[in-house]
Amino acid sequence: MSIEVQKRATGKIDEVRLVKKANRQDLRFGIVGLAVLILAMAALLALIADFVVDGVPRISLEFLSNYPSRRPNEAGILSAWVGTVVVMITTTVLAVPIGVAAGVYLEEYATKNWVTDLIEINVTNLAGVPSIIYGLLALGLFVQTLQLGQTVLVAGMTLALLILPIIIVATREALRSIEIEIREAAFALGADKWQAVYMYLLPAARPGILTGAIVGMSRAIGETAPIITIGALTFIAFLPPSPVQAEFPFMNFEWLNSPFTVMPIQMFNWISRPQAGFHIAAAATGVVLLAMTLLMNGFAIYLRYRIRRGSR
Amino acid sequence: MASVDLLYSSNEAMDYGRISASEAFLRRRMITGWIVRGILFLAAALSVLITASIVYILVYESILFFRDVSIVDFLTDTEWTPVFDNPRFGIMTLVSGTLMTTFIGLVVAVPAGTILAIYLSEFAKQRVREAVKPILELLAGVPTVAFGYFALFFLTPIFQVFIPGLSGFNLLVPGIVIGIMILPYIVSVAEDAMRAVPNPLREGAYALGFTRLQTALGVIIPGAFSGVTAAYLLGMSRAVGETMVVAIAAGQQPRLAYDPLEGAATITAYIVQISLGDVPHNSLAYQTIFAAGLMLFLITLVFNLIAFWLRKKYREVY
Repeated sequence: MSIEVQKRATGKIDEVRLVKKANRQDLRFGIVGLAVLILAMAALLALIADFVVDGVPRISLEFLSNYPSRRPNEAGILSAWVGTVVVMITTTVLAVPIGVAAGVYLEEYATKNWVTDLIEINVTNLAGVPSIIYGLLALGLFVQTLQLGQTVLVAGMTLALLILPIIIVATREALRSIEIEIREAAFALGADKWQAVYMYLLPAARPGILTGAIVGMSRAIGETAPIITIGALTFIAFLPPSPVQAEFPFMNFEWLNSPFTVMPIQMFNWISRPQAGFHIAAAATGVVLLAMTLLMNGFAIYLRYRIRRGSR
Repeated sequence: MASVDLLYSSNEAMDYGRISASEAFLRRRMITGWIVRGILFLAAALSVLITASIVYILVYESILFFRDVSIVDFLTDTEWTPVFDNPRFGIMTLVSGTLMTTFIGLVVAVPAGTILAIYLSEFAKQRVREAVKPILELLAGVPTVAFGYFALFFLTPIFQVFIPGLSGFNLLVPGIVIGIMILPYIVSVAEDAMRAVPNPLREGAYALGFTRLQTALGVIIPGAFSGVTAAYLLGMSRAVGETMVVAIAAGQQPRLAYDPLEGAATITAYIVQISLGDVPHNSLAYQTIFAAGLMLFLITLVFNLIAFWLRKKYREVY
């Protein structure tokens, strides 16, 4: 009798100990998880702090309005930031319409067959192809085979190919998350497929598509490897020709065929120099670049947050 | 108000024949629909064309390359000196550098990514998750060239204090930075997979008296296994293709990489190095970057396809 009681009692104690042990493990994992989280955030903060400390004092109006120079203290990023802006415009104009069109096709039109499967596998794979491979494609196809040269247009096309999968995926997700009622309403009013897409679904999907486009553009702004691969010059002390002119038709597209440099290339170039002065200039370029990409990403995150709150 | 009046007045004088769409209108709409469908299809099919062009360019230039260099030498030689007078083409030299940085990156990112994914999907409160995911996205949005600067001018000097034998250019620090870079991808795909495990499985485990950690290890990870594996593979593929960090901080000395404290060139760093120099078109050195690129493309293609298949599988299961 007493042994029985004891047994039961010790069993109870074991159970309690087991539960306590399991709970302790739970707590321990929670702490480890939190620690990893803090470490990841610390890495991001350290990176930003590093750039701010090294680079911010170097940023001035002259830095933004000077051309690169052999003298580190006079070097500026005028040609680089103008180059980034024109390349970005080219990339966006090419990638967004094609990406949205492809996304609409895959989500709304495609029937389930092997062609669709092939396209889907391709889009997924292209999203994972290293950016430098796009650079090799551009070098072999645009620069060598088509003889287009190392121009703004080629860089824009290369980066457009690179961010196409991002825009396709964003478009598809945006279309998929539209409530079925909008679709039904469009068809009930007698719209055919294209009218429904054009007049109802695309406007409803606009915030999601915009988010994808911004994320894609911020990715393209920071890309260095593919532009190096096409052989873009690093010392550019002039701007692309102005798109506006006094004579008719008052605008031209000469700038598309102009040589260029962009901020990440300028930064890489300065990092590879031995003089410490250029390293500081590189950090200052990095600050401008980081500010642009982080702002764009931040805006995209905010948009996504708004969409989710709106749909709830 | 005016438009309502207009609607009303046109309603009064309603001509039923005009309200139902005319034949011509319907035909026009149908034709527009076909044309639009064709255009949209072409846009989607462009992705196939891009892949085909990549394969064509890489294979075409590589074939030219392999006319001069035997494929056996390419895969077995232990030196890579393509621009020397007596050139040698042992791609394994570059592959070893790539594998070393990838390995170090994975040693950092796989445990950290798995823990973070479990933490976010099973432990963290909704509010913590909402706050953390944007931070990870920001981390993923940092340009790679900025990570390169960070590795060379910030982390390497710090590491040199603790590891005396560390060279200015080495594989260890770029490897760690690559780990930080791929962490957001691994977390996001793995967490996605874990959250796709249906709630009844979780509730069943809790009902049996499992703690959260026991549920995560015993139920969620096995349930999300294919998705978590896909996350690792996608991370690996990114690490292999990462260019700027290694081009900046790993040095560009092609040598067999067995010591992570020394610098070595990777496949990607080599492509950058040759692209920066003035290598004439159609020279052997020019063709080498395509042969190296083909190697890189094949490695990442295999990882991407397996990951695609695995992710598709877990989507079908639940």
